[in-house]
Amino acid sequence: MSESTKPVTAIKAPVHLEFSYTAGRASTRFLHGMAEGKILGQRCPECGKVYVPPRGSCTICAVPTEAEVEVTGKGTVTTFCIVRIPSDSLSIDPPFTCAHILLDGADLPFFALIQECPFDEVRMGMRVEAVWVPKEELGPTFESIKYFRPIDEPDAAFESYKEHL
Amino acid sequence: MGEHCAIVGIGQTKHDTLRIDVSVPGLIREAVTKAFEDAGVSWGDIDAVVLGKAPDMFEGTMMPELFLADALGAVGKPMLRVHTAGSVGGSTALVAASLIQAGIHKRVLTVAYEKQSESNAMWALTVRIPFQQAIVAGAGGYFAPLIRAYMARTKAPEDTGIRVALKDRLNALKNPTSHLTFPDVTYDMVRDSPMLWDPIRYLETCPSSDGACAMVLAAEDAAKQSPNPPAWVHGTAMRSEPTMFPGRDQVNPQAGRDCAAELYKKAGIQNPRKELDCAEIYVPFSWFEPMWMENLGFAPEGEGWKMTQEGATAIDGDLPVNASGGVLSSNPIGASGMIRFAESALQVRGRAGEHQVPGAKKALGHAYGGGSQFFAMWIVGSEQP
Amino acid sequence: MRDVAIVSFAQAKNVRRELDANEVEMVMPVVREAVEQSGIPRREIDFTCSGSCDYLAGQPFSFVSALDAVGAWPPISESHVEMDGAWALYEAWVKIQIGDIDSALIYAFGKASMGDLPDVLTLQLDPYYMAPLSPDSVSLAALQARAYLETSGHSERDLAVIAARSRKDAKTNPAAQLTGDFDPERLLGDPYLVSPLRKHDCPPISDGAAAIVLAAGDLARKVSKRPAWIRGIDHRIEAHGLGNRDLAKSLSTAEAGRRAGVGDGNVDVAELHAPFTHQELILRDALGLANDVRVNPSGGPLAGNPMMVAGLARFGEAARLLMDGQASRAVAHATSGPCLQQNMVAVLEGE
Repeated sequence: MSESTKPVTAIKAPVHLEFSYTAGRASTRFLHGMAEGKILGQRCPECGKVYVPPRGSCTICAVPTEAEVEVTGKGTVTTFCIVRIPSDSLSIDPPFTCAHILLDGADLPFFALIQECPFDEVRMGMRVEAVWVPKEELGPTFESIKYFRPIDEPDAAFESYKEHL
Repeated sequence: MGEHCAIVGIGQTKHDTLRIDVSVPGLIREAVTKAFEDAGVSWGDIDAVVLGKAPDMFEGTMMPELFLADALGAVGKPMLRVHTAGSVGGSTALVAASLIQAGIHKRVLTVAYEKQSESNAMWALTVRIPFQQAIVAGAGGYFAPLIRAYMARTKAPEDTGIRVALKDRLNALKNPTSHLTFPDVTYDMVRDSPMLWDPIRYLETCPSSDGACAMVLAAEDAAKQSPNPPAWVHGTAMRSEPTMFPGRDQVNPQAGRDCAAELYKKAGIQNPRKELDCAEIYVPFSWFEPMWMENLGFAPEGEGWKMTQEGATAIDGDLPVNASGGVLSSNPIGASGMIRFAESALQVRGRAGEHQVPGAKKALGHAYGGGSQFFAMWIVGSEQP
Repeated sequence: MRDVAIVSFAQAKNVRRELDANEVEMVMPVVREAVEQSGIPRREIDFTCSGSCDYLAGQPFSFVSALDAVGAWPPISESHVEMDGAWALYEAWVKIQIGDIDSALIYAFGKASMGDLPDVLTLQLDPYYMAPLSPDSVSLAALQARAYLETSGHSERDLAVIAARSRKDAKTNPAAQLTGDFDPERLLGDPYLVSPLRKHDCPPISDGAAAIVLAAGDLARKVSKRPAWIRGIDHRIEAHGLGNRDLAKSLSTAEAGRRAGVGDGNVDVAELHAPFTHQELILRDALGLANDVRVNPSGGPLAGNPMMVAGLARFGEAARLLMDGQASRAVAHATSGPCLQQNMVAVLEGE
């Protein structure tokens, strides 16, 4: 068949769209905190739970949360997994460990990368701390925290984090 | 409960990595045509169309029901498009069923599809949104820690996931629509496949498929005009819970438990393990089978893995799960939930061909989505409830 | 059919650009207000359904975070349509008809300011034949306006009058974005945006959110002195290709209006989801509205057009007039797709 009689089975139609995103009030506070090397959360006025990162509302009580709380960068690994395939968004080579980390003072875990630890030594209950980028690189972004690394503290008792598992 | 709702026609495409032999309308009509043949109806017999699919970015078309109105014979009819993340195929079927149950329409066509080859689904799933944390490890990286938590809670044998994957992949060989088929699959092959997100291996993971699934639902009188035996809806339920909150149990989510409880109540089921003949549930990573066995109340908490280990969920077990091969074998994301619902109906109609569970009279269809937070379920039977 | 009524309505002020609050923070106060107004405790509302759009939000699964705003704990029975909230209202209305539930919360949100709306809307078009040509939504509306003006005998002045009236009426609507006194003659002096449409013929770009609570029968009577009863509701879709339908007539609106029973009684007021001035006339024709029917006393979409919300807001505005005793029979309309491709019509009556 000549070119003009071959069926057209596909076309390429590239799309380019630009969006401006709004962080929202709660995220804005959190991200400003990141720029200052602080981890900020919010406490619910009704149940008293602390959300890190804050969301502006308590999901359980359905009320706005305004009271700001600062938490340290220390926490406990509640669960984790070892990733063995490369990630588009990270420049580190697999295998690497991702974990749910319950920061001291927060009431729900957040997802983060674990480094400076042989991946087969990561375990539930392991105590970790945040490793920040150098001071001059701090900015209003989650990436101000590079990753978490183990610290020299005994593992947390299962009881202390089991409800977050 | 409202009016009785029957499923009188079911159709699926051959699911595959890339269905570049058809356009989106072509893909959907492949499934719809089969459903019409099964139901003995044609375009003019349909009163309304309910379409479901996952994020529009997967194909690059916003609100595709608009351009698909013509291809789906919806011109002049009511048309809805449902989007509830991964559970969408299931919730779409529920919305369609509600139109019959409310007595508004006599015959409704419901379709769910995904044609990821039209866009870049991987990009769409991991696109970097400003001010939000980067998704570094994909869906597997999200669910693997939950699976590890399940293993720690229950002390389940480490090969439970392997056994689920082996079972589903053997079942897939009996299902001509399956995307992934491994004719030589063995326990060792699954165990030795590359580890992706420890503890999930390659062969324990779902594919990313192009595919569509369609069903024709009918009111009682209209159902009588269809040539093949119908399935009857015995109960439906949906539940959602937020993604993150203190104390959230993502391993055995409350929303799933509540959804199942409401479903069994509506369908008059006291002992699901005994009264259901089979189940089609949403298992995108092998370990979700034992987790859902507990969440659905088929097994006591902490013991779902026993059902897998004992062979209870095998196609010849006492509660076959995913005789179709499940999401592990075909996963057009927006359609996967509807495929579960359709397969459960195929079973009780006795029309599941080689992967038929002999004598199946009551079956559960289950779909979930998001961070294990959206659930849609139904129970169908060979007799009217 | 069960009697179902709208018993409350709340909306955020439509703004050109909401820079402070994200979608969740916009939705939360609106949902709270609608629930409080309804008189039904949150935990007793049986079903929740929302309308929103990923491409508007520039991210997939964008509706998921909104669950945080609506009190989804303990788990709720909840669903979502990737359409204007009016279709979420329809889904909820159907569910109530089955008989197992008596109430529903519907909400919708959209921040059209985030992207370039006409470009985003191009993606609604047939991806093989139309979208690659990139016709923007204003140009498509202009095609329709041209077709209508040339066959209906209406003029560009008639369109300017609609624009001026809308902005004037919007002065009484605290949620409206564009308000003020404008002289149609002055408006006609402005240059065309896309002939025959001028800027005033087009809706503003708006960020917004709205919520409605539905209740059935006795529950509605218990919680509301004057529920706005949905006497009839229907929706239809037309062919997608612009050349495959008569752009000057909205046949799906006529059909939906017929089935909803518009012609069965006197219509006091109509809230029509007509984002472009000429579309108000097309819809009036389709619904057979008499000349004395007040259209869009809220200012309508020409005064504020949050995508995915504006249709639901028409239902809310019509209901509010009935709940306030300012009307006894109203028509509410919502549209979706290019050039009025899909339309929903409802007839609402006060107690």
